[in-house]
Order: sequence, then structure tokens, then C-alpha cells
Amino acid sequence: MSRIRNFSIIAHIDHGKSTLADRLMERTGAVTEREMRDQLLDSMDLERERGITIKAQSVRLTHRAGDGSDYTLNLIDTPGHVDFSYEVSRSLAACEGAILLVDAAQGVQAQTLANAYLAVEAGLEIIPVINKIDLPAAEPERVADEIVGILGGDPAAVIRVSAKTGEGIDELLDRIVADIPPPTGRADAPLRALVFDSYFDTYRGVVCSVRVVDGALVTDEQLLFMATRERHPANELGVITPRAKSIDRLGVGEVGFLITGVKEIDRIRVGDTVTTAHDPADVPLPGYAEPKPMVFSGLFPSDGDDFERLREALDKLQLNDASLVWEPETSRALGFGFRVGFLGLLHMEIVRERLEREYDLDLVATAPSVAYRVTSTDGEVTDIRSPQDLPAPANIEQLEEPYVRAMIITPSEYVGAVMELAQARRGEMAHMQYLSPERVELIYQIPLAEVVFDFFDTLKSRTRGYASLDYEPSDYRVSDLVRVDILLAGQSVDAFSTITHRDKAYTYGKAMVERLRELIPRQLFDVPIQAAIGSRIISRETVKARRKDVLAKCYGGDISRKRKLLERQKEGKRRMKMVGSVEVPQEAFIAALRVDGDDR
Amino acid sequence: MTRPDAVALAEAAATWRGAYVHIPFCARLCPYCDFAVVPGQLDQMDRYIEAVVREVGMEPEWAPLDTVFFGGGTPSRVPADRLARVCDALSNRFGFASDVEVTIEANPEDVDAAYARQVAAAGIARVSLGAQSFDDGVLAALGRVHRAVDTVRAVDALRSAGIASISIDLIFGHPVETAAVWSATLDEAVAAGVDHVSTYALTVERGTELSRQIADGAPAPDEDTQADRWSLADARLAQAGFIRYEVSNRAKVGHVSRHNLATWGRAEYVAFGLGAHGFRAGVRRRNVRRLDAYLEAIEANRRPEAGRETVAGWQAECERVMLGLRRAAGVRAGRAGTALLASDEGRRLTGAGVLVRRGDRLVVERPLLTDAAVRAVLWLPES
Repeated sequence: MSRIRNFSIIAHIDHGKSTLADRLMERTGAVTEREMRDQLLDSMDLERERGITIKAQSVRLTHRAGDGSDYTLNLIDTPGHVDFSYEVSRSLAACEGAILLVDAAQGVQAQTLANAYLAVEAGLEIIPVINKIDLPAAEPERVADEIVGILGGDPAAVIRVSAKTGEGIDELLDRIVADIPPPTGRADAPLRALVFDSYFDTYRGVVCSVRVVDGALVTDEQLLFMATRERHPANELGVITPRAKSIDRLGVGEVGFLITGVKEIDRIRVGDTVTTAHDPADVPLPGYAEPKPMVFSGLFPSDGDDFERLREALDKLQLNDASLVWEPETSRALGFGFRVGFLGLLHMEIVRERLEREYDLDLVATAPSVAYRVTSTDGEVTDIRSPQDLPAPANIEQLEEPYVRAMIITPSEYVGAVMELAQARRGEMAHMQYLSPERVELIYQIPLAEVVFDFFDTLKSRTRGYASLDYEPSDYRVSDLVRVDILLAGQSVDAFSTITHRDKAYTYGKAMVERLRELIPRQLFDVPIQAAIGSRIISRETVKARRKDVLAKCYGGDISRKRKLLERQKEGKRRMKMVGSVEVPQEAFIAALRVDGDDR
Repeated sequence: MTRPDAVALAEAAATWRGAYVHIPFCARLCPYCDFAVVPGQLDQMDRYIEAVVREVGMEPEWAPLDTVFFGGGTPSRVPADRLARVCDALSNRFGFASDVEVTIEANPEDVDAAYARQVAAAGIARVSLGAQSFDDGVLAALGRVHRAVDTVRAVDALRSAGIASISIDLIFGHPVETAAVWSATLDEAVAAGVDHVSTYALTVERGTELSRQIADGAPAPDEDTQADRWSLADARLAQAGFIRYEVSNRAKVGHVSRHNLATWGRAEYVAFGLGAHGFRAGVRRRNVRRLDAYLEAIEANRRPEAGRETVAGWQAECERVMLGLRRAAGVRAGRAGTALLASDEGRRLTGAGVLVRRGDRLVVERPLLTDAAVRAVLWLPES
């Protein structure tokens, strides 16, 4: 146990986490250079393409230290983004230490900070490392100052490496052994093992990553999962080296995988505690929580015939992503689809992209929304995920919306632009600090609804791409929120209803109404398009009735041609959706949903 | 206003037999035209006329014709004695009803006193002049070679030669045309003393010079403006004693075009010449559009057919309603019309005042929206 070191690598996207992991594996002889697949830990295509690690895996390495002894190093991979902050926190809970990896040219980014704070909160020993010192643009001294500004300590103690060339790797391995404490735990106590990750394998079913805290996990024993109260046998135990290798036993402080034969991923919960059925522990390990979606969006197939395929695709995605939740949703404008809950914006983007790419679906997504908390006049509190579910204003005592703590790091020249943006999005500044003369960290309390709507893209464009953002849920706050409905010829079009702050209702309504006026074809009668809060109209446009719809003449008696022309027009009409008596092409709805952030 | 005699005429038209003869020759190509035309090539004319005469001989015999129509292209590019030769062929093959209507289309610049006399001598009693406008600016924009004064002279010449029924075509809604210009054109049309006026909205057909100009940024005709122009024409011509019997056609009493009414009455017609379309015994057939292919086929004793389509049963019933709805007299509702009224779309159309049932007839009350009703017929499931 004293020769075990469990650690994670915390890094911003593209700061070189996967390259460093590869180098550590190579240097410890886990893989040879020849057989090494580049960036071994990131297995999904999408991960590799975006440079994001979505699902964690752990690798067992053996390192002969300066004292001549062999140490077992368990490198526990963590998701890189705070959308997955619960998963990150569970991975960190399996560690005693963390490498904080920062790009020598880019310096500390918001995501680095957010995860570093999680690691500090988890009580981990943090080893700061500056990567990519071989780059011409590298400024290791400046970056070391930034890191020390945040974590304290001595700039000279910050390790400089190049994961690419291998420079500094040996020093890093020695520091892992020297600085990170060995695991503690009682070998004679009843088994307690933390499930810090799980994934679905087509042949093996659900594979859990586990860290034994007390006792021992032994093959063939009957296990009890304490949160779900489910019992499953330990069919197989193993470690990844990085090839999967079966073993009979995982003792205190050890990390490995567990296969129980369970096929449904949502039956095994990340954060759950595994104990033995015959001699269960009294208390589970702390920190378990149900996955909680933060952002919601309606997903509809562009072609209504694809509804079943969308359902199947979501089912398949869920095999590997227990945090994905959805329920059927019917929209008058968009037909049958699902209201899907995501952990955050990145999660939403990844899921949408995987659905479109891996399942070849063409999707229409409604504007993302958040879960609003409604207190009714009779005191009942409910969370609503869709604007449709908001009760009539008369029945609402108060409305609350989720706020997040948003961390933004920006070059100091853009501080003004960032503050302007955050204020326009109803942000309240909580904290501002200069990490260095050139770089500033700003922390805002800001409504999640404002962040989910294009905030990141706008932030990037206003800072020439230099600012970084991360956020974590903070609390619910009472807000002056209203639902804006969009009405076509007096009929509300569900897909366009939105809950927004009263100050922004008019801007949204006006933009949407104007957009629809451009997109809706003229009908036999005038079509009023209105934005309304309850029964109060806040904006109005009219699509004037079509006045001429007749072919001039019939050339040389060519009736067939006339009929074909009309049939083509009819085909166009087949793709129309009826809203009351108004015919709207599906494309108009889709185009109208592509509202840019400045309309809010 | 549906007049009882108009209804009777419209219904009678369904039983008429027609012949359409296409004359593709033109002095030049008009930028908006997508008919089967051959600019120039007048050296092919005799060969072409002989081919048409031979094609008439290939058509199975039939009962006497009620209407013969020479369309184009520009029939007036052809000397009237050649048209008379085709008329003779038709008459010999099918016979003519005693009150047969024989029409040619003519360009104003082709019609002088001599030509008018030839036409009359050929037994052609109806001439439809491609006047298009009485404004020289609009004529130039339309790419026409004649001027307003040519139309006035042509009408006088035809009258003097004893042509019984004179019609003019007008095109409205070109972007250069203002309301005042259109209004003046209508006044000139009335003053010219013609018997029949067709007013057509300028339409941008694919593949025409006009559509290329618009793609390159020239202004396109505006639908609302065209609606205004149509309404102006409707009022002005009604005031002058022209009765609208179809969306685009108005005539003084006794001058309704049989050829026109027959088309919208779903009457049968035989067709000869380049790109011509015929409809007989439930079959719609069309001829090839290329002159050399046409001539070669005829000279090899083959019909120059490019395609055919059989229209029967429910489709034929729907077609009857679709065509008939263009007439002011409307159409007998029948199975398709009754189904239309009962459909969602039909209810929307009646709700919007487009469609109305009057006795056993279905009438489009807002002619400019006729195609909304016509498309709705295409929607109907068989009943």
C-alpha cells in the first residue's frame, strides 16, 4: 500500500494531457514506442477530434524510483470539462494527488482553474507542471508565476516538461512518488470501493472503474451496490496496463476494473460504493449524487419519419452515458421528438454531434433552456424543464432560476469587453484578480440561462478567442421571469415559447416576430404574428395575404405541363406544417430557431 | 356574375372539336418566350407546311371541327395562302362545322392591308394580334420589334379587310410598366375597337433570356403589382363592355374565343406541328420541339411524337374541375368538386372567399387565386 500512488492529470483542452499520459506509459515501460497508439487514453473518435476526454479510464504503471523500489502508479483519467464536474469529482475522489498541467504558451485557463479548485477541495496533493517548454512561444517563467499566484508555493518548484520530447518526465515520475501520499485505508474493515467511472462494452456489458478504499475486492464474491441496493457478483476483476489483465483481488488503495454481467449502464451509478453482500460496510463513501441535468433542449428529427431512429440512437448513447435523460415531447411546429437533459453545454453539443454523425440523423434543436423552479400560490415547488410547463402567471408565487459561478480568464486588454458582456447577461461580479499583469481572472454569478445562450461564442468573439470560460452550478435565485409566446394567427407556436427575464422579453419577441415574417409564405389571408406575455401583445407583424396565385396561360394546350408544375408546388406544400389554419414550411421553423445571441 | 348563357356556352364547349396548328417561325426570339420557336429559317417554311399537311393526314379521321387555331411562333410570318393550304387539308380530313372559328395569331408589324386581305381570302375570320402593349417603352423592354402605332394600323387593316373578330394580347406587370402606362394601354385597347382582349401577367419562365437577366440582377415582376394591374384591367375593360369569361380573357358579346373555351372545357383537340399538344380519346400527346427532328419524322412517315399520357378515371374528373375553375362560369361540381368542398383545403378556400358553390356549380370568386383552388384539387383522394 505504501508503494501505491493514485493520481490524475488536470489540464485545459489541448494543453497536452493525453501526450503526457502516453509519455508516462512509455517511460515506465507500460508500452513500447513501437506499439504505442498515439494518445492511448482517448478512445472515442470524437474525443480525439475535439481533444476532449469524455470517459475516464485508469492505467496501472510500474515505476522504479531512485530508492530502487518499484512503485505502482495508477493514472486515473478525468473528463476535461466541468460539464462533467460530478464525474471529475468522483475521479479525483479516487486519487491522492493530481498533476496540474499548464501549457507554457497559453498559461492558466478557466477550465484548468475550475478543475484545480475541485482537486484542492478534494484535499489532493497538487504537482504543478508546465508542458510544451519546447515551443518557441513558451514562457515558463510567466506561467509559473501565474500558477504560484493561484496555488501558492515556489515558482522554482514548478516542474517544466515537454511531453512531446520527453524532457522532464523522469523528474516528474520521481516527484509523483515523493510528493503524492500513499493511500490510507483499513485492510481488515468490510469492503468499500468507489465506482468512479463506468462504460458499456458490447461484449462484456457494463465495466466499472473502481478504487478500493477499505477491505478487498475478490473475484466471484457477491457484491452490494449501496446506493442502488442492487446485488451483483464480481464476475471479473482486472487492471489496465494498458492492456486489460485479469486479476483475482484488488486490495486497499488499488485501482482496477470490475465486471458484474450487468448490461444496463444506469443500473450502476458513478459515485456508488461497492461492498460485500455477506459482510456489508455500515456507511457508504461520501459524495454520491444522482446525475443532474442542467440544460434542456428539444431534439426533433427534421424528417418526422426518423423519430424511431432518434429514439434508438438515444437508447444506444445512454448505454455509455447514464447522465443522458429524456422524455418524449410533441411540438405542434416540429412534430414528435424528445426533451433531452444535459449536464451542460458541452455535453449537449457532444450528444447532438454524436447523434448526427454516428447515427446519421438530421436534427432540429430548440433553443437550450434551464430548469426553472416554480413555487405555486398553494406553496408547491416544482422544477420545470420546458416553457410549456410554466403555470399561468396567476398561479405562480415566485419563479427562481439557476445561477452559476462563471470563471473567465482573459488577457487584461479585454477586461472591459468581458465585463460589458457579463453585465448585459445579468452577471454580478463576485471577484476579479490579476493572475499576472497581462491576465485577469473574473468570477461572476450569472444566470445559467444566459450562459447557455451563446455566451461562450460571444465571449470568444469579443476577446479575439483569447478568453476562456468555465462554470459550476451555484444556487437558485428569484428572478423577474416571464414566458414569451409567439402566436401565428392567434395560435401559440410551442417551439418558440421561451422563458426570459422581463427586461429582455421585448427584444426576443421583436426579433422572433420579424424573423418569422420573413420566413412564412403568404397565405390566402393576412397572418398576424405576435409576441405575447400572457395576453399582452408586445410585438406584432403581419404576413400580408397573397393576392395573385395563378398561371398566366396554358401554352399551346399543354395541360400536362401545367399539371406537373402544380404538382411540384403541391409537393412543396406537403412539407408544410399547419399551425391552426396557417401553413408554415418546416424550414421556416428551423431557420427561426437559429437566433443569434444578440437577439436576447 | 355568372350569366346563364355563359354557363350554357361553357358546358357546350366540352363537346367541341378543335385543331391546333403550330407555326414556329419568328423574326426574332422574345426574351420572355419559351414556346417551341425557330427564329429565322424561313427557307424551311415550305418544307414545314408540307410536313404539317402530311401530319394532318396521319391523324385518324374525326367529326367536323368547331375551331381551328394557328398559334406560334408567329403564324403571320407565313403567307396566308400557305395557311389556307393547311386549312384545306384540315377541312378535307375532318370537315368543318358550319360555324367553325378559324383563328391565326399575328404580329402587328406583319399585318398590312394586303396581308389582311389574304387572310380574309383564306377563310380566316378571327385574328389575334400580339399587341402586348401600347407603350413603346414597354414594347422595347419586352423585346418586341413593333411599335404601338403598328397595332393600331393592323387593327384598321383587318377591319377594312372584313375580319369579323379581332383580338389583342396584352402583357402586364413588366417592371418598367407603371400604373399610368398600363392604364393608358387599356384605354388604347378600348379605343382600337377590338372585340376580344387577353391580358397575361408577364411570367418568368425557366431558361428564358428574361430569367437570365433577373438572375443577373434585373428587377423581377412583382406579384402584388401584377394583382393591381389585373384588377385595373378588369374594371376598365368591363366598363368598356368586355365580359371576362376566363382568368385572362375578356370578350364583347358574341366574341368569346371558342378555342379558349374548348381548352378550359376539356374539349378534345388534334394538334399538328412543332411542339404541338393534342388531346383525343383520353390521351394527351405532344410533338417533338426540334425542327429537324420534326421534319425528319414526318418525311420518314412517322408521327413526330415526343410523349403521351393517358388521363382517365379520377384523374380525368379532377382535370375537368381544375380546368373548368378558370372560367367565370365555373364548373359543374360533380364528384371532384364535391370532394373539394368537403376537404380541409376546400373549406379554407371557401372561408377565404376564393371558392363558392352556386347551385350545382363551383365558381372561383377571386380569379387571381385560382391556382390555390386548382392545387387543392390535386390533393384530393379518390372518392
